[in-house]
Amino acid sequence: MNLTVDGLSFSYRSRAVLKKIRFAVERGELFAVLGNNGAGKTTLLKCLNKILKPQAGAILVEKTDILALSRLEVAKRIGYVAQRSESARFTVFDAVLLGRKPHIKWDATARDHEIVRRILRILNLEKLSLCYLDELSGGELQKVVVARALAQEPRILLLDEPTSNLDLKNQLEVLQTVKNVVREQNIAAVVVMHDLNLALRFADKFLLLKNRTIFACGGLEIMTPENIAGVYGVPVTVEKLGNIPVVVPL
Amino acid sequence: MRPAAMENIPESYLQYTQRKIFIICLLILLTVLLGIYAINAGSAQTSPAQVLLTLLGQEKERLSIIIWNIRLPRILAAITAGVGLSVAGCVMQNILRNPLASPFTLGISQGAAFGAAVAIIALGAGSTGSTSADAVIINNPYLVSGAAFLGAMATTLVVLSLARLKGVTPEAMVLAGVALGSLFSAATVILQYFAEDVQVAAVVFWTFGDIGRASWRELTVMAAVTGAALLYFLANRWNYNALDSGEETAKGLGVEVEKVRLTGMLLASLVTAVVVSFLGIIGFIGLVGPHLMRRLLGGDHRFLIPGASVMGGLLLLASDTLARTVIAPVVLPVGAVTAFMGAPLFLYLLSRGVGKR
Repeated sequence: MNLTVDGLSFSYRSRAVLKKIRFAVERGELFAVLGNNGAGKTTLLKCLNKILKPQAGAILVEKTDILALSRLEVAKRIGYVAQRSESARFTVFDAVLLGRKPHIKWDATARDHEIVRRILRILNLEKLSLCYLDELSGGELQKVVVARALAQEPRILLLDEPTSNLDLKNQLEVLQTVKNVVREQNIAAVVVMHDLNLALRFADKFLLLKNRTIFACGGLEIMTPENIAGVYGVPVTVEKLGNIPVVVPL
Repeated sequence: MRPAAMENIPESYLQYTQRKIFIICLLILLTVLLGIYAINAGSAQTSPAQVLLTLLGQEKERLSIIIWNIRLPRILAAITAGVGLSVAGCVMQNILRNPLASPFTLGISQGAAFGAAVAIIALGAGSTGSTSADAVIINNPYLVSGAAFLGAMATTLVVLSLARLKGVTPEAMVLAGVALGSLFSAATVILQYFAEDVQVAAVVFWTFGDIGRASWRELTVMAAVTGAALLYFLANRWNYNALDSGEETAKGLGVEVEKVRLTGMLLASLVTAVVVSFLGIIGFIGLVGPHLMRRLLGGDHRFLIPGASVMGGLLLLASDTLARTVIAPVVLPVGAVTAFMGAPLFLYLLSRGVGKR
């Protein structure tokens, strides 16, 4: 068990945003968090990383309670990719090297550089090493941001709508990369998604959020037309096209 | 094909970082050369050889006094103040996420000017009956410096406590600084309105900024504060880089954003307040120093912090040297010279887009 969340509740002042969230993610799994706008997906992700401090509940990464750790210690265990990333004037290499920040004491070591090189190679970004971030396309930038999170050598990867601004090819590429990395490095990824078809195609497990709490959680078997209609309020059917499940609104 | 390209990455990256270090070293060398030239420049004729001998303690008494007590402290003060103002601006622009952030935009200079005005007009630190060559004499510089420092820090503390208590955003902090700056300017104007001519002249004279006000004692204080702040800023260079990538990303990378922001603001303001209260208002260095280096070196604070420091020192030394040589023996207000030199250079670099690659 890599990530265990139990009894997680969060509220902004007096307004409850999340109530009694409970789930577990195994190593090597890609875990999709689904639900309509305002269901609390992003808030949940920020709580997992202690960017927001939940009022109740426990978040365990390999039996260590995240909420008891300092931000630096959290960053050594969890990589986070925010919904919007800003493209400052850094080269790709430096941007990914920044992912080593939680591990760097005074200056980057040879090992840090080696890790950055390896990750750039895995994500096929080597050729862009010395390009500046503000010269990249949306898809390339998104890959760089994922690369930075991977450079943290996290046990858990949190991604907030990593494909929201990408074209079809880049959507598939980024998610396929994440899936491969999760498998190969044997880490867990929690991904907030809007596109149900992409979720069905790449995720191993699903969490459906509705009205600030869990509507359903589990494998492919919970992605039924009834559950999806229940969460989004739109009647749908789930079909299989060439062995890939797809959701079609009716 | 592929492996060759891969081998290339560390090599080209190394070249890319070495280029930045080279630029910084070049600027240091320029500063040293300009410093030697500046020690030479002045009404007492010297030669570079004499300067060198004096610094090594091998020269005649008269020259030795001029160099040790007048020129050397002035040159070192120009470099120190330039370093302090530039690095403070660099850090403020980062933590407030605003390219226009500088001691001026945050009301620190206006607060200092108000403090000085209070000391000169209300507390009588400005002389009324001057007989010396200068029309204006500030007969109690320590009182003026102290009051200016209090004024500068008052602005900062209001902005920071607002941020601490109310969780104010960087944008709101900038706006609060601008508002406080206007408030202090208005208060200074009211004070001046009820003051005598000579007192008003003394206040205006003070706000011009003059490196020559620094003796060894002021220089030591400035250097200690600037040095300590510079070390702290350097130790936080990775944090500033993380902040450039967005607040949430920084938190995800383990940065205690609020703490880094508050401490950085406090130290940057402290450096500025010390410099401004000793030397008067010197604008533009905090803006042009860091931005010039952003153009030349990029946004990486590992190089930007040392780069902006060196550039600030060089710019202020160049401005001061120009100010006292261009129509010698008249010494022009160094703040105005800074802007005269810096602004065109800055506009030129903006139009050329240096550092795009």
